[in-house]
Amino acid sequence: MKEILAELEARREIARKGGGEKRIAAQHAKGKLTARERIEVLLDEGSFEEYDTFVAHRCADFGMQESRPYGDGVVTGWGTINGRLVYVFSQDFTVFGGSLSETHAQKICKIMDMAMRNGAPVIGLNDSGGARIQEGVASLAGYAEVFQRNIMASGVIPQISVIMGPCAGGAVYSPAMTDFIFMVRDSSYMFVTGPDVVKTVTNEVVTAEELGGAKTHTTKSSVADAAFENDVEALAEVRRLVDFLPLSNREKPPVRPYYDDPARIEPSLDTLVPENPNKPYDMKELIEKVADEGDFFEIQKDFAKNIITGFIRLEGSTVGVVANQPMVLAGCLDIDSSRKAARFVRFCDAFEIPILTFVDVPGFLPGTAQEYGGVIKHGAKLLFAYGEATVPKVTVITRKAYGGAYDVMASKHLRGDVNYAWPTAEIAVMGAKGAVEILYRSELGDPEKIARRTKEYEDRFANPFVAAERGFIDEVIMPHSTRRRVARAFKALRGKKLENPWKKHDNIPL
Amino acid sequence: MFKKILIANRGEIACRVIKTARKMGIATVAVYSDADKDALHVRMADEAVHIGPPPASESYIVIDKILDAVRRTGAQAVHPGYGFLSENSRFAKALEDEGVVFIGPPASAIEAMGDKITSKKLAAEAGVSTVPGYMGLIADADEAVRISEQIGYPVMIKASAGGGGKGMRIAWNAEEVREGFQSSKNEAMSSFGDDRIFIEKFVTQPRHIEIQVMGDRHGNVIHLNERECSIQRRNQKVIEEAPSPFLDPETRAAMGAQAVALAKAVNYCSAGTVEFIVDGDRNFYFLEMNTRLQVEHPVTELITGLDLVELMIRVAAGEKLPLTQEDVGINGWAIESRLYAEDPYRNFLPSIGRLTRYRPPAERSGPDGAVRNDTGVYEGGEISMHYDPMIAKLCSWGPDRAAAIEVMRNALDEFEVEGIGHNLPFCQAVMDHPRFISGDITTAFIAEEFPDGFHGVTLPDEELRRIAAGAAAMKTVAARREGRISGVLSPHDRRAPRDWVVSIGAREWRAHVSPLARGHIMTEEGEELAIAPKGRDPRNPDVLIHGYGAVKVRFEDGTEATVEGDWTPGDRLARATIDGAPLVAKVDMRPEGFRIRRRGADLDVKVREPRVAELARLMPEKLPPDTSKLLLCPMPGLVVSIAVEEGQEVQEGQPLCTVEAMKMENVLRAERAGVVARINVAPGASLAVDEVIMEFE
Repeated sequence: MKEILAELEARREIARKGGGEKRIAAQHAKGKLTARERIEVLLDEGSFEEYDTFVAHRCADFGMQESRPYGDGVVTGWGTINGRLVYVFSQDFTVFGGSLSETHAQKICKIMDMAMRNGAPVIGLNDSGGARIQEGVASLAGYAEVFQRNIMASGVIPQISVIMGPCAGGAVYSPAMTDFIFMVRDSSYMFVTGPDVVKTVTNEVVTAEELGGAKTHTTKSSVADAAFENDVEALAEVRRLVDFLPLSNREKPPVRPYYDDPARIEPSLDTLVPENPNKPYDMKELIEKVADEGDFFEIQKDFAKNIITGFIRLEGSTVGVVANQPMVLAGCLDIDSSRKAARFVRFCDAFEIPILTFVDVPGFLPGTAQEYGGVIKHGAKLLFAYGEATVPKVTVITRKAYGGAYDVMASKHLRGDVNYAWPTAEIAVMGAKGAVEILYRSELGDPEKIARRTKEYEDRFANPFVAAERGFIDEVIMPHSTRRRVARAFKALRGKKLENPWKKHDNIPL
Repeated sequence: MFKKILIANRGEIACRVIKTARKMGIATVAVYSDADKDALHVRMADEAVHIGPPPASESYIVIDKILDAVRRTGAQAVHPGYGFLSENSRFAKALEDEGVVFIGPPASAIEAMGDKITSKKLAAEAGVSTVPGYMGLIADADEAVRISEQIGYPVMIKASAGGGGKGMRIAWNAEEVREGFQSSKNEAMSSFGDDRIFIEKFVTQPRHIEIQVMGDRHGNVIHLNERECSIQRRNQKVIEEAPSPFLDPETRAAMGAQAVALAKAVNYCSAGTVEFIVDGDRNFYFLEMNTRLQVEHPVTELITGLDLVELMIRVAAGEKLPLTQEDVGINGWAIESRLYAEDPYRNFLPSIGRLTRYRPPAERSGPDGAVRNDTGVYEGGEISMHYDPMIAKLCSWGPDRAAAIEVMRNALDEFEVEGIGHNLPFCQAVMDHPRFISGDITTAFIAEEFPDGFHGVTLPDEELRRIAAGAAAMKTVAARREGRISGVLSPHDRRAPRDWVVSIGAREWRAHVSPLARGHIMTEEGEELAIAPKGRDPRNPDVLIHGYGAVKVRFEDGTEATVEGDWTPGDRLARATIDGAPLVAKVDMRPEGFRIRRRGADLDVKVREPRVAELARLMPEKLPPDTSKLLLCPMPGLVVSIAVEEGQEVQEGQPLCTVEAMKMENVLRAERAGVVARINVAPGASLAVDEVIMEFE
């Protein structure tokens, strides 16, 4: 009997070795941790339970039957992050370069199915050379099985991908359909076709890093949501993010003890908006001063910086924040910022995370680049996302809320629950100068008259009170009391019940 | 006494004067430019009058505008503060003509002391020692030697037309005088086309020490001891103290007597300062007299217990000085650190912008120490580029110099300033500098001790170990809280870790944190806790969340540290004691630990579980990119223009590009000669801080 028990431990030991000492050393030499080491960093100490340790591939072509290592290039199982359940798969680059075989895919699918049944997030640590070529279509089928599960899981359980090595070809589409993608700088890349193919087909010479490195995907393509310096830092940040997210759409977002007075007054916010309406200010200061303990987890911070998205907590509960950033492009909406914010709003709505919107938007960015790029449909995404969202929505207009962009940014008319404005808010069809140029075209030659007209327009519309008279603004609030007001509003909205009409699904302008 | 006074100034000094006036029951009028509409002095004053656009030349120093404000408000007297119109005799005269009292000396005294040559002459006549020298024409080397011997070595041979060190020689003996005379003459001729030479005493180990005087309109003048202001950077005072660690009672008395004599010679009344340069042998020489309230006056107030502004107002109202020279003593020691909006890590480049955080240490006073902060700004206020970059004067007092330094160190650690670059870390570095502590300072202190500028502070190992202990305790608190999130599988499954590896740079400690078996310990639900509540558990409002109270941190080498404190996540300032000794630091949470700032050091402190730390060691070390060949954008802004082209050779100081930030155009110049390799931005581009504008070969 003892021997039989020892046999298990011996086999486990073999499995733990993955691709062997040499390949592990090579992995370390590249500045990367092994699949199992990554799981150790990601999960609470000692909480990992592995499944399918002894799974091996079934391929008998190209001499593959000679080598059938345990695990087949992916480590799967579950564990906890600060005590909460998560399912994990971690591709093992030391075994067949982490390539995806039929059985490798089956292991991933198994834990994804468990996660769906049990209502817990799936975190995928990607480090794979791609399809197991020796397996041919079986490998492709494996990808598709994973894809289908990604699709079914979308909006049901949070899915997080961390790209910690190569991720190319068909492999990119699984992360692409998850909720968040994180990348590790200098040691990860993602692309559909690699630099060699690119050169052959288009004659472009480009490095893997330039084509699909962390910088490219966080600043240019917006494929990735954040990039981190190394494996350990990236995994620490995933832990931080998971603490903001509900385990599934069947559960409320998590609550944790907090050490910040919900009624905290911030006198400095009274001077946040500069006297000069054309002068920028940093909207992040407002977010950080409203958040519990100033803690803000920003999503896509290096892309479309004219809008800010991310998570904070109020009274210990997660709140998603969307805010125009006057520091960049005057905070206007454009194709990129609309897409970025729309996706974020839909994530929050899918997982019952209340949405806080800070508005300072002068309108949509004009220009041929925008119109040719389809700003009409992309801008509509954000409008659609806000309008369909049934989670508690609290909006604070700090300064400009002009034109159609006013409507888009979680206005009262899009079922905003509580819409506040600071006294500095200007809610109007457009800025005074533009309005006067249209309304008083005949007087344009007379600067004195125009100045007077501009003043008239400002006096009438450059304030929140016209909107407040109509009830489009629920209350004009002092900037210093924003945290208290917003926290109380969300508290009052805890019991909110709102349902959209039954439909198979909507038809958001993709 | 006056019923209402106007303060013709702004910033901290205007606030300072308003405080005393209020104490005396006098109404105050502030004046302000467009840039100061929301400034603190405007908020504090009973009335405020707008006097024009931001540039001082169009507002604060326009005499007519101030006079107009006086007329409109009916102020009976004007306090000029320092700078601006404070030493403008025309202003003093104009007020006199208006029948309004100038809270300062008579116009004649301002005029007499305002001229360098006249003031030196008057000083010499009043028996004040001046730097010995010979201003006349020197015929040849023999005469130069004769004069030098009269003056006494060492001497400085200077070109009359000179400047920037050109044509300047220091000579310690006759031979060097002969040599220096000729070379100076040659250099002066070739540099300035003027070979006139003069000789004066070269002051070795110079210190800047000044005497505060105070006079009334009845002929009484007293001195209020000295201030030492030797810690200067390019003639800008940074740290001052009173008394001077260098003066003995005899020198002090002699300097005081001469200062009083000079003041009397010009019928001085009000507050004034006689500046001396003092050499290593305590010889002192008159430099100039400042006929106003000095920036650093608080240190004098702290050691004499007097309110200089009150005395100024009283004597201006015609009262006699309420004390005589015999009444003036020295009680303890006081130090002032000037907080400048200048970034020490960027070669003290002025920094402007919004003060997103401004929390000075609490003012306090007691027999063991006192903290005073004279400030003109507030959190949420704007630092504009129109005025002096000094935003606060932090003063400490202690029974002796060592105590005053210690109070200052802690006060600096508690001072929170964010949003702009500032010199707090530099002041902290000076407070811990052995040479400053010894008192062996000269006006060259900063140039000699920080020759390549300021690059932060390296803390001693023992101090790092204390910080490591504090960080381990804080991380334990944070980890416990993280484990108390809702939705855990089983609350008893998860035990927050208490074993940590703390690393700061290359230093590393293994630490085990355990609660102390005392009244207040690590938070556990249902436990009796003795320290103040910090928050509430949202799941159970009856449960109060506390800091860590007291814990024991055991290091790998067997040593232990007891950490007491009430830090909770989100606190930006941590106050703890490590084995009873205070540890105050600025703390920012990071996913893998903390950023900790203390004593001029800015530390990335990693606190990881042992296994994670082990794996972290496998992570590649990524060196920060070499920025010496890059032009980085110093502030967020918009590129207005690029002044150079790729491939162009540039000289040091040559304008490279103009960046507009906060409506101001900033010209960025080449720090050294080089060739432009690549320009990465075009006019109109919006840049973040540290974005690469151009690269050099």
